[in-house]
This record gives sequence, structure tokens and C-alpha cells, in this order.
Amino acid sequence: MSSITYSDKIPNNVNLSEDRTLQRALEQWQPNYLKWWGDMGPDDSQNFDVYLRTAVSVDPQGWAQFGHVKMPDYRWGIFLNPAEKDRKIHFGDHKGEDAWQDVPGEYRANLRRIIVTQGDTEPASVEQQRHLGLTAPSQYDLRNLFQVNVEEGRHLWAMVYLLHKYFGRDGREEGEALLARRSGQENNPRILQAFNEETPDWLSFFMFTYFTDRDGKFQLCALAESSFDPLARTTKFMLTEEAHHMFVGESGISRIIQRTCQAMNEMKTDDVSKLRAAGVIDLPTIQRYLNFHFSVTIDLFGADESSNAATFYNTGLKGRFEEGKRMDDHQLKGGTYKVLNVQGGQLVEKEVPMLNALNEVLRDDYIKDSIGGVERWNKVIEKSGIPFKLKVPHKAFHRNIGALAQVKVSPEGRVLSDAEWKANVDNWLPSETDRAFVGSLMGRVVEAGKFANWIAPPMLGINRQSADFEYVRFN
Amino acid sequence: MDMSDLQAIKQHLIDPEICIRCNTCEAICPVAAITHDTRNYVVDADKCNLCMDCISPCPTGSIDNWRNMPRVGAYSVEEQLTWDELPPELTVEQLAELGVAADTPPVEAPVPQSAAGVPDSFNSAQYGATLPPWSAAHAYTNLYGPKAAEKTITATVAGNVRVTAVGHEYDTHHVVLDFGSLPLPVLEGQSIGIIPRGVDASGRPHHARQYSVASPRNGERPGYNNLSLTIKRVLQDHQGNAVRGVGSNYMCDLQVGDKVQVIGPFGASFLMPNQPRSHIVMICTGTGSAPMRAMTEWRRRLRQSGKFEGGKLMLFFGARTKEELPYFGPLQNLPKDFIDINFAFSRTPEQPKRYVQDLMRERAADLADLLADSNTYFYVCGLKSMEEGVVLALRDVAQQAGLSWETMGAALKAEGRLHLETY
Repeated sequence: MSSITYSDKIPNNVNLSEDRTLQRALEQWQPNYLKWWGDMGPDDSQNFDVYLRTAVSVDPQGWAQFGHVKMPDYRWGIFLNPAEKDRKIHFGDHKGEDAWQDVPGEYRANLRRIIVTQGDTEPASVEQQRHLGLTAPSQYDLRNLFQVNVEEGRHLWAMVYLLHKYFGRDGREEGEALLARRSGQENNPRILQAFNEETPDWLSFFMFTYFTDRDGKFQLCALAESSFDPLARTTKFMLTEEAHHMFVGESGISRIIQRTCQAMNEMKTDDVSKLRAAGVIDLPTIQRYLNFHFSVTIDLFGADESSNAATFYNTGLKGRFEEGKRMDDHQLKGGTYKVLNVQGGQLVEKEVPMLNALNEVLRDDYIKDSIGGVERWNKVIEKSGIPFKLKVPHKAFHRNIGALAQVKVSPEGRVLSDAEWKANVDNWLPSETDRAFVGSLMGRVVEAGKFANWIAPPMLGINRQSADFEYVRFN
Repeated sequence: MDMSDLQAIKQHLIDPEICIRCNTCEAICPVAAITHDTRNYVVDADKCNLCMDCISPCPTGSIDNWRNMPRVGAYSVEEQLTWDELPPELTVEQLAELGVAADTPPVEAPVPQSAAGVPDSFNSAQYGATLPPWSAAHAYTNLYGPKAAEKTITATVAGNVRVTAVGHEYDTHHVVLDFGSLPLPVLEGQSIGIIPRGVDASGRPHHARQYSVASPRNGERPGYNNLSLTIKRVLQDHQGNAVRGVGSNYMCDLQVGDKVQVIGPFGASFLMPNQPRSHIVMICTGTGSAPMRAMTEWRRRLRQSGKFEGGKLMLFFGARTKEELPYFGPLQNLPKDFIDINFAFSRTPEQPKRYVQDLMRERAADLADLLADSNTYFYVCGLKSMEEGVVLALRDVAQQAGLSWETMGAALKAEGRLHLETY
């Protein structure tokens, strides 16, 4: 199995020391990375010992080793899943040919663009979350935030390795640019809009890790099918780490809901003002946050009709979610797919060539997966005996990309006039008052085993540790 | 219904209330035992070989659930797909109604042969037992430690001697600790923790370091409340970089009369059989010899007192050179009809490199007889890198002798006959 060399300056399982040019290039990038981490990593946390999960190899026994580590000493590195012998391209025009171990010249620009776009989201998450350590609801949550942070940092490494190794000077320049952009900065923002949104409070963070990191799962899964083998192997390993991020979000929201329901039952009320006065987050506010994060995230999949998506698929750069498990011809030339469109101010379904609708296919797969988790949150509410259901809004609600960006639609899918939208927007999306209220609950709780009033403790500790385990040691 | 239908199994289940359906377990399972629909991720009891590959990569902990079930009544995939929560454990009465007696130990699923039979897909750890031999004495554990009433026990150093050749770069010590009138009952194969004196670079007390006990149950000196440890001074890390091991240097530098803080004992499965006709095969490298010394010495004392009934002892011991092999001299002095010793040296000048697994293959005929005898127990202790080679050698020995490794491997695990402790 591929074990990871930690004696090199840059931990890796790709025999980096055998390629001195690449090693030097990455070692030149590293100080800038560390400086970026120092500037943009979690605030005031350089000296804590955090109970982090680190990989020592990429096989099941080795990749989840736990121990207290100072975050700047976390062993960020370059880890690829083991190569699959004689892997073949399994979709698109090159189906049946050997997977590429190098970048084909004609696809160089597109591949670089895909890798840079994916890479850019990774440091963006770190930047978006950097202030949250100061308002963590428990040591357990603080530890989870830090784990997400270091892994996002490692994912940046994973993409920068590909850029440096396979894209020469262009790749090195793109690598530098990844450290120069900043989330939300006006003159040099991150590439995708969702990664320029603020994550000002923990409800937003959990929504982000549930919805937006789930987008990461789908994008990474699609890239794990790629004919460019190093990209497929890198993203496969990233997926195993991404799962923890989604867990943080799903369980975080679930715990907030549980605490709210408990307060509703204790106080025998669903009166929002009484619940807010009791310091818990009312369910309608959770619904509005859900609406916001869901709609911003589904924009990340791109336009409903996209010739780029068709090109990426035809040329074998990016497959569909679980491409290998689908039973069709994996070329999709004659197929069609229904996408939503606006005609005469109404939403209508329109058949478009399947290849041009691949963004929509991935978005629909994502939506199905997201709904599953929302239903699990509803189980928590149902178990408490409270008649309330959370729902994901209509696909056309609050969209800013593609054909649907031109129309205002209610969460149920009704097309609205501007006036109607304005009159109701505060019922559907978090208002300034909502954000101010949620923000007011954010105080730091870091005594081992203690939790903020607005969130329930987790069902299980990390690595089966007890509830009062010292996840973070403040030195 | 035949007897196998009445067997109990430990069924692996996933908690649907905690699982986030991230697919990590399904992607990682080497035998495709995990499947899902839009509602749940579930484990097929007929396919799961309890290899545990899915356990640590699961981000939620939902994967780590087990139920004692009758083999024929195991929850089906279809049934699990409808669950919103895990069913409660069956009570003794419910199991009895299903034909499983309360004292039936659950047998774990048979360990299938590695898919292609190729060494790089061989998972040696899955054959290691988690149960002690049936005749092992009862082990006490965690009498002292963070969760015990007494956090530590104080020992006095009663001896500290070097047991490898003097003047060599490697320095292994035999340290004797005396507990006076305080209780610390230990068995051969157990370990204790030592808390090195002082603080680390950030001013915190050091963590405990764990060492196997090298003396038998009635003390380094029979009838005394003491024990011994075999400790190698660590001056290099695994990559050969200079590093001074905190615990090993602390221990090797102790003087007679010094006080040491101890926690433990630890370990409840790497224990020797008490049944005096049982055979013991010991395979070790370096300081992995500590538990082997303890077992050998306990058998030697039994033999002296006339309580030994002819169980065989076989030792495979590896080191880089004979100068680096702890206890080399004393081992040479043991009677040949008491213990069958095989040394493997990997760095003897002008000699080919030999590893413990090479010797095991040379002794295949004797090992095959011992493997086939259910009174034989195997113990492996030492560097992690030896483990796979040793278990592969056992597999080859079994197969060459016409024994099914599928059956044998599963039996070694289920009957507490193969114990792996590597680091």
C-alpha cells in the first residue's frame, strides 16, 4: 500500500524526491502557502494542540490517525490513491483507450481551467471560516472546524501539485494566483460566487458544510471519473476527507434542530419571539438559512445549458456522478434531458441535448442527495412530536446563474412579480434581523464537555472519544 | 436446520440515524458488502468478512455497530434498507427463542482468501485474534490510569542492565521495577505504561509510554512483587534522522533506587495458554522479544517445578546482528529439548539477509503440524513491517500442507490462537 513519506519537506506518496525540479518548484511555493495560512487560517489558534486526523497512508488502516497537533505543524501534503492497473477511459469519445498519465496537448487549457476552479474553492473555504474559532459553541465543534480547515488547505496542495507537475510555467503561475485571490475581496475575489459569501456565524457554517461541501462531493466525484488519471486519483482521496466536512454540517444542523425542539417542548410554544428570548434558533429561521445556502450552492453547478460541460464530457475530462455505475452508452450522443426555462414569464420544461445538459444532470443528482439529508433533519423534528417540516426550495428559487437568473420565483416554484418578491423576501431568505439574532447567540464555549445553549451535544465523539474529551488544548 | 444454522454471528450494522450517506464505506469495502438506496447504507451479512477496513475512514462513527444474531436470522439487506433507527439488541430470551443458547459465543464470519491471492492485497491484521486463548488466566487491566481511582502507582528501580553487546550503537536495557507492597498483578504478554519525568517543549507533562512486560506472572524474581521491561534506547526515527526518544532514554538512564510513575496493566488478549500441553510459537524482532521472554521463563519455571506436560515452545527471533539481539546469551543456555530456537540475522557481514519469515518457511514441516494442532498458539511481536510477511508465511505453510487457509485463518482468529502485536 502507498505509505506517505513524512521525512520530505513536503509529505507525499508520489516519490517527490525523485523529481528534483518539481520538488524545488513546490518548495518555493510552500513558504508562500505557509504565509497565506498564517494570514488567512483560523484566527488566534496557532498555538493550540488540536485533536486532528492525519493520514499516514492512503489505505483504510492508515488514513485516519488521530493525535493532538498544532495546526501550523499539520502535515499538509500530496496524497494520491493507489493507481488502478491498466485503467481505461470509460466515457466520452476516447472510451476504451488507456487513461492518460499525462495531459494531452489539445485538452491542456480546459484541464487547467477545471483544476484551477476546483483548487480555488479550497483556500476560499479557509478564508470564509477564519473568524469562526472565536465563537465556537464547544471544544468538539472547534476541533471539527479546525479539521475542516486543515483539510481544505491540503486539498489546495493536491490541486497545486497537479498544476506544478503537469502544467509547467502556466501551472506555477496559477499556483501563485491561488494564494493571491481572497474570498469576498472586491478587486481580487475567488472565482465562484458562493465562495465569496460570508460565513459569519455557526448556523451559516453548518449550512455551508452541509450544502456547499456536498457540492464539493459531486464535483470531486465527477472529477474522480476523469480520463486524466492523476486528477482521478487525487480527487478520490480528497473525497474521503470531504465526507467529514459534510458530516460536520449535517450533524451540526441536526443538533441545532434537536435543541430547538427540546426548548419548544419544554416551553410548550412555537412562538418565535419566546424561543429567541430563550436563546435557541427557531425553525423558520433555520428554513430561511436553508433556502439561502441551497440556492446559492446549486448555482455552483453552472448554467443549465452548457457547451463547456458537453466538451468536458466528450473529451473525457469530467464524467457524471457515479459514471461507472450508470448503465448507458457513456457517450450520450442521442439523448435528451429536461431543463427548466422561462417562457412568457412562466417556468416550462424544455428538452435539450443530454450532453449540453450535463450541469443540470449533476445538479439534479445533487438535489436528490441534499433532500435525503433534509428528510433526516425532519425525522428529528418528527420524533419530538412537532408538526413542522423543513423543505428544500424549488430549483428556480433565488437563482443567479443560467436562464433562471432572469426570473423571481417563490420557494414553492411560483413565478412572481418584483413587487411580490420584495414584499416576501424576508420570509424566504435570512433578513438582517435574522442574521443579527443568530449572530447574537454566538459566544465562545470551550470548557471540555460544555455546549452553547442553542445546540445539543453530538451523539458520538470524534473517534469514539467521550463527551468531555479535551479536543483542543489551549496552551 | 443443521448445527451451523444455530450459530450466532456478530452482525455488522450501520446506524441510519447518524450515517450521513457519504459513500466512504461503500467505496472502501474490499468485498463489496456495503450497498445503499436513496434511504440507507447497509451491510450484507453474507458478504461482510469483518475486515474492519470501513471503520476508521467513516467520519461519523455510525459504521461501528454490532449485534449478536442467529446466523439464519441475520437482518437482511432489504430489511435494513427500511430502517430509520437501529433495532435494539436481542435479549438472551429472544436469542434463546431463535435457537441460540445464551452461552454460544458469536463466531465471526469466515475470513475469505485475499481476492487475487497477491501479497499486496493481503491484510494480515484481519487474522489477529481479539480473544485470549481459552485457558488463559484472567488478566487485570487499567488498575492505574486517568480513569482509575488511583492515577498512577510508584515503582522503585531495582535493576538496570544492558542486554545487547557493549560498545555497539544499539543499546537495549533490561529494567527491573519493584512495586513493594502495592498491587500490580500482571500476566505474560501484558504491558504497562511509564510516565517519563519532566515536561515536554510546551511545558506539559509527558504522555505515558507503553512497554511489554518481560518477566513472568510471579515476578522477575519468583515470589517478589517486581517485573522487568526490555527497552531499546531510541536515537533515530524511522527515517534515520537524529531524535532522542523521550521514554526510552528516560528508562535506560534510570539508576537503581529511582522512583518511576506507572499506569496499567494493559492488554487482555495477547496472553499465554495455561493448559500445560499447549504449544507456543513465538515470532519476534528486537524488543518484541519481551513478552516471549516472559512466556518462556514462565514455562521454564513450571518445568522446574514439575508442572510442565510437554507443550512445545518454538521461537523465531530476528535482529540485524547477533550483537543486537537482546538476551542472546541466556537464550543459548536453554535446553534444546525445552525450546526450539531459530535466529534470523539480516545484517551479518558477508551473509545473505535472513528474516524470521525465511526461517519459518524452512521450518514449514514442523510449523504445519503445529498449525493443524488446535493446542498451538502463535504470537507475533515486533516491527509492523514483519507482520504481513509472517502471516503470509503461515498461510503458505498451511496451503503447502494441504490445509485450507480460509478455514485455518478464521479458526486462528476465532479461537484466540494468533496474536499480533506490532508497532
